[in-house]
Amino acid sequence: MVKGRKRWLLVAFAALALALGGCGGDDEGSSSSGGGGESGGTLVFAGAADPVVLDGALVSDGESIRAITQIFETLIGLKPGTTDLVPALATKWEVGPDAKTYTFTLRDGVKFTDGTDFNAEAVCANFDRWYNFKGPLQSSSASYYWQSFFGGYKKNESPDLSQSLYKSCEAKSPTTAVVTLTKPSASMLGALTQQAFSIASPKALKEFNADAGTVSEDTGFKPTGTFGTQHPVGTGPFKLESWKRGDKLVLVRNDDYWGEKAKLDKVIIRPIADNAARLQALQNDEIQGYDLVEPQDVPTIEGDDNLKIIERPAFNVAYVTINQKQKPMDKLEVRQAVAYGLDREAVVNNFYGGRGVVAKQMMPPEVMGYADDVTEYTYDPAKAKQLLQKAGLKLPVKIDFWYPTDVSRPYMPDPKRNFEAFAASLNKSGFKVTPHSAPWSPDYLGRVDEGTAGHLNLIGWTGDFADPDNFIGVFFQSFSPQFGFRNPELFNLLDKGEAEPDEAKREEIYKQANRLIMDFLPAVPYAHSKPALGFRADVDGYVASPTTNESFATVTMGG
Amino acid sequence: MLRYVIRRLLLLVPILLGLSILVFAWIRALPGGPAQALLGERATPETVAQIERQYGLDDPVYVQYWRYFKTTFVDRDLGTSINSRRAVSDELKERFPATIELAVGAMIFAMFFGVPLGYIAAKRYGGVVDQASLFISLLGVSIPIFFLAILLKYIFAIRLGLLPTVGRQSVLIDTPHPTNFYILDAIIAGNPEALWDCIKHLILPAIALGSIPLAIIARITRAATLDVQNEDYVRTARAKGLSPRAVDANHIFRNALLPIATIIGLQTGLLLSGAVLTETVFAWPGIGTWLVQAIDDRNYPVLQSGILFISLVFVLVNLAVDVSYAFINPRIRVS
Repeated sequence: MVKGRKRWLLVAFAALALALGGCGGDDEGSSSSGGGGESGGTLVFAGAADPVVLDGALVSDGESIRAITQIFETLIGLKPGTTDLVPALATKWEVGPDAKTYTFTLRDGVKFTDGTDFNAEAVCANFDRWYNFKGPLQSSSASYYWQSFFGGYKKNESPDLSQSLYKSCEAKSPTTAVVTLTKPSASMLGALTQQAFSIASPKALKEFNADAGTVSEDTGFKPTGTFGTQHPVGTGPFKLESWKRGDKLVLVRNDDYWGEKAKLDKVIIRPIADNAARLQALQNDEIQGYDLVEPQDVPTIEGDDNLKIIERPAFNVAYVTINQKQKPMDKLEVRQAVAYGLDREAVVNNFYGGRGVVAKQMMPPEVMGYADDVTEYTYDPAKAKQLLQKAGLKLPVKIDFWYPTDVSRPYMPDPKRNFEAFAASLNKSGFKVTPHSAPWSPDYLGRVDEGTAGHLNLIGWTGDFADPDNFIGVFFQSFSPQFGFRNPELFNLLDKGEAEPDEAKREEIYKQANRLIMDFLPAVPYAHSKPALGFRADVDGYVASPTTNESFATVTMGG
Repeated sequence: MLRYVIRRLLLLVPILLGLSILVFAWIRALPGGPAQALLGERATPETVAQIERQYGLDDPVYVQYWRYFKTTFVDRDLGTSINSRRAVSDELKERFPATIELAVGAMIFAMFFGVPLGYIAAKRYGGVVDQASLFISLLGVSIPIFFLAILLKYIFAIRLGLLPTVGRQSVLIDTPHPTNFYILDAIIAGNPEALWDCIKHLILPAIALGSIPLAIIARITRAATLDVQNEDYVRTARAKGLSPRAVDANHIFRNALLPIATIIGLQTGLLLSGAVLTETVFAWPGIGTWLVQAIDDRNYPVLQSGILFISLVFVLVNLAVDVSYAFINPRIRVS
């Protein structure tokens, strides 16, 4: 009897093992059938979360933008892997002498995936749509990028909004669109490379009620249209096939694409929030690529022959805020002492897993206006002490230094370690650091913005587009509680830079601003980092973009 | 019996009301707000103020509570998620079936192994099986779930290539999801490949999540069986010459079942409120990860409605456990 039972168990186990094994290989992972010719296979890519909606004008999160980049195109593109402007839907552009009129020559013969024509009227319809946003669409939780660049709308509904930079758009001919601004702004071309300004089919926007929604005071805006969820229609190399939230978003090749067609048949983007889970899914070939590889996982991927790392060019800056509202930070000598007292080399060399470079100024070298001859501050505790004494202070100078917890940012993989090293080096340089910390979001960020995060705090910035205005313009063009200073010379210089239409002159202005900043020291930049993506080794042709605007169209599998 | 159930159901009203106030107050006691969380580094005091005005977050707290109370209990609208801009009820409809599926899988695993393990351990009191069951229980309770999950994935997926590591179904399989219970959906679609795929996706998360209930169930079963074994009526049954098998089945196991059923019920209630760690590590789109993300995002509508909902589920499961006593043990009259 017992023997019989044991035998039964054995048989059951064997059956289970066979069943598991038999079906193990065929249904997961890459289905790069064919390996060339007609079929390009399916790439499964993991993001950290679901997109919000597939409508560039209404989102600011990276996961939405990743999918939108495949479906829609902008007037001006970026050369893959760089921040150089290249023609996209516009083949040519001309900036008027006042930096207020922009004339775009549009690509001929392009069609949206709903069969309608892409032309100047469609371009203007998109600009007018954004400009005419009403109600909750005017919230920065929706049209963040419009606001951050164009300021306000036709009818501003909030006193916090400024006058719109946008004036009008005119379709001079089917292939000529003229956009006019109310004030000169030379960073417009760079701004237009953002997916927030990608061109959607006006017919589809209308048909699928892109701007319709219910508003309740309690819960804000809830779109009722299906444009951004089921029918996002653009001109890009892929189009949306289906999207089930929490599960997968399926993109298929647009066979009528005007340019070189995508190699892959399908791209499936699925959300996997957990870092370890993403890595294991890649190892198990359930996904063939993922973004935001943790620095500590890089060696694992590099050490596996089936996997590889692709590096994203640095497009960020980690810096130490110096809040001049907090005495004695209003004294230049003290800020210089901070700069000399921070051992930036040690932090970058030890805590960035080989993916960081020491920052010399408040924007990455790839961006126009980067100056090679700014004042540099190498770690020098003795000099820091001297400067503090020169400022008439008694050593040690007590300062509050804040850092965030529960967070890893591309420019700051482990804030606590950065903080500990900086605090130690400052303590050797005549300061006495009192540590403070708070969870990253929203507590810590709130304090930094409001200027209540001590004398010093750790923070950083990832650029949205390749223009100095998007780095030092964001930080220092006007008063902000974070830095707590008013420096008319710097404010004016940055205003001038924003308005200058001549590219060469503009570059000179921003170089001058960078020199000024590194002398005035409103903050101490310390790192630019290169984020990593993980892929299966047989995935080729993925070119990581500094601004994360990367297309899957050039990707091949099984090569 | 019916009166008892009705009385218990009526008790739900003050419970839910109290809970709604607690949850509401707790969420607003968290520092920062949704605006800050939405915009991250890009938040400025102006944009934060603007969003707070838009969402009515700058109103007095009692006004906000009344609005929340009215939409939830009077209009029966669970609100809209601030982050995804979708109806909370829609998200709940997708997320809760995922949690149920995982919880059921975990409980089946835990019961299937836990009850026999505990029972045999008690019958062979002090023997090898008993020692082994003690060890397994200790291991099950003390091993961190995320570690167990990563280990299971490493062995069964990455090393042996038998099972998948993330999600509920292979993304390469397309089946409609009318119920959002993927196993049920696969059966409805009549797609055996999809069904097998869903089951395979369920195995590792169910084992990881079921490890703790398994340990607890095994311990309780062992203790209950030992207790009952020494009762007078068992000795009497044996003395009057009943076969050992009849004594085991009718006198020992039946009576030991009561505490076992209780613990199974309570554990199920717990599992249904979402298994944060398991869901996170296996990218299982259930209630747990949903709520944790909502805390990070200060997504007030999701938190308010989500917590209220799982509290309701927990209370109802407890009620079901109490009522089920009457069926398991006719000596108990719940009224």
